[in-house]
Amino acid sequence: MKILVTVKRVPDTAAEKRLDPEDKTLDRESVETIMNPVDEYAVEEALRLKETAGGEVVVLCMGPTSALPVVRKALSMGPDAAVHVHDDALHGSDAFNTATVLAAAIRTVEPDLVLLGSESTDARTSLVPSALAEFLGWPALTNAKKLEVDGTTVRVHRETETGYDVVEADGPAVVSVVKGINEPRYPSFKGIMAAKSRPVTDLTLSDLGIDPSEVGAAGATTEVVEFAPRPPKQAGQKVQDPGDGSAATQLVEFLAGNKFI
Amino acid sequence: MATVLVLVEHEGGAPKKVTYQMLGKARELGDVAAVFVGEDGLDAATGELGRHGAATVYAASGAGWSEASTLPVVEALAAAAERAEPAAILVASTPSGKDVAARLGARKGWGVLADVVDLDADLVATQSVFGGATTVRSRVRTGTPVLTVKPNAFPVPEPAGGSPEVVDLGLRREPGRADVRVIERVTSEQGGRPDVAEAEIIVSGGRGLQDPANFALVEALADTLGAAVGASRAAVDAGWYPHQHQVGQTGKTVSPQLYVAVGISGAIQHRAGMQTSKTIVAINKDGDAPIFSIADFGVVGDLFKVVPRLTEEIAKRKG
Repeated sequence: MKILVTVKRVPDTAAEKRLDPEDKTLDRESVETIMNPVDEYAVEEALRLKETAGGEVVVLCMGPTSALPVVRKALSMGPDAAVHVHDDALHGSDAFNTATVLAAAIRTVEPDLVLLGSESTDARTSLVPSALAEFLGWPALTNAKKLEVDGTTVRVHRETETGYDVVEADGPAVVSVVKGINEPRYPSFKGIMAAKSRPVTDLTLSDLGIDPSEVGAAGATTEVVEFAPRPPKQAGQKVQDPGDGSAATQLVEFLAGNKFI
Repeated sequence: MATVLVLVEHEGGAPKKVTYQMLGKARELGDVAAVFVGEDGLDAATGELGRHGAATVYAASGAGWSEASTLPVVEALAAAAERAEPAAILVASTPSGKDVAARLGARKGWGVLADVVDLDADLVATQSVFGGATTVRSRVRTGTPVLTVKPNAFPVPEPAGGSPEVVDLGLRREPGRADVRVIERVTSEQGGRPDVAEAEIIVSGGRGLQDPANFALVEALADTLGAAVGASRAAVDAGWYPHQHQVGQTGKTVSPQLYVAVGISGAIQHRAGMQTSKTIVAINKDGDAPIFSIADFGVVGDLFKVVPRLTEEIAKRKG
């Protein structure tokens, strides 16, 4: 089975994220960046499938050349190869532009299964997995907290707001995974060294036959009109409990005064 | 006046609160048409949708039209949009709602704005990004705007509507290559508590609880307040509480009326998921914990002393 897994470079979880006032896109250059945390679970799940069913794992990343460390990080966990799509015209792409590019790159790999993280910690729209499936004409099994592949049948436990749905479809399929589906492995020293020699195929928009006007800021289906930092919330009252829990009484008064009880 | 389409989020015909919130907003913007997709429950839903302002209910109902399957909902919504030629389409910002919006937008070439918290008459949408640190106003450039609306972003106005006209979309469908089969729907034991994403009050526990069994303290407090239970990343990563309950950058972003943080220090990744809550209460033994910098009311103390007493006194007051 050939499994493709996408990874994205995002600002570090602890970093203060901000928009560039010039082009109103996320500033990824002035902050520490990491592999999108939930993508680690997607890579791990791909590796586990390969370990049980055999086959090959290919990493796909769309992002500028400065995203290469994220590709190497993913490879250090164990995948066999990577595809890195980078092109200056991609700057400012929205979720649909991203899905268009991923779909085109996926067609060059022809995998049996595509795994993604359910959302990125920067934009957090969760639109890409289903949009990608739509462009490919494939089923999308989203928010998987459990994944099983039996022949061509792909079955997942899809996390819902009140529990989970057991859903299945015929592959090839797009699956997005949530955190907690597994325990991602730490790259070993051997893995890190081996990752340096794994093949990374660079692709540009012209390689993929995509017109630059269809993607990036030019092709975005949405646009930011304006933005502003939200004024930070101010601290209110703080009381010290004497040690017997009696400060609870003051808290009850506060809650009652604000009509919560 | 332009029509605004609202996709009905429901379970077995019982519309969820977010549906009424969307209908209320749609009433401010134009004529309201609801789109109902579901195997059953259309009749029960219609009256409620009308009361909350829907003048028309477009329906795809019966076998094969499960609200749990993305593609039937996308097809019905696209068909309703063809008839109504709406100015905008509102969909709940839930996992299933986002799947529908994504496939609909990708199929039709329509722009989608996710996690909308406000909407102007000229359809400029407000989104709160980077965990509430930045407020963005955006618009759709291509096609019919599709907006996924955060639960609790809008109030539910007083019901004022009448009996809507029900329009059967008359759709037939054959399962296709991209269809997903729903085998089973499992509702997990939440002790009858509301869901974190929709709750008006959330009580969350963190590493300060020291042991998974101590989440019982958080649950007991939540129950006296009619609240949902949340958890910090540290608590979820330690396996103390299920991931569905995680609040923070790698969990859910919530904005309830009241958020009570119990034994949570308030690292930036947690604050990113809850700092837009209307009122924040924190209970933590470390007076320097960052959570106190955004708390409207903070108690510096031992949660094992404070929380049981709090639960007891609230229960007493409520009688």
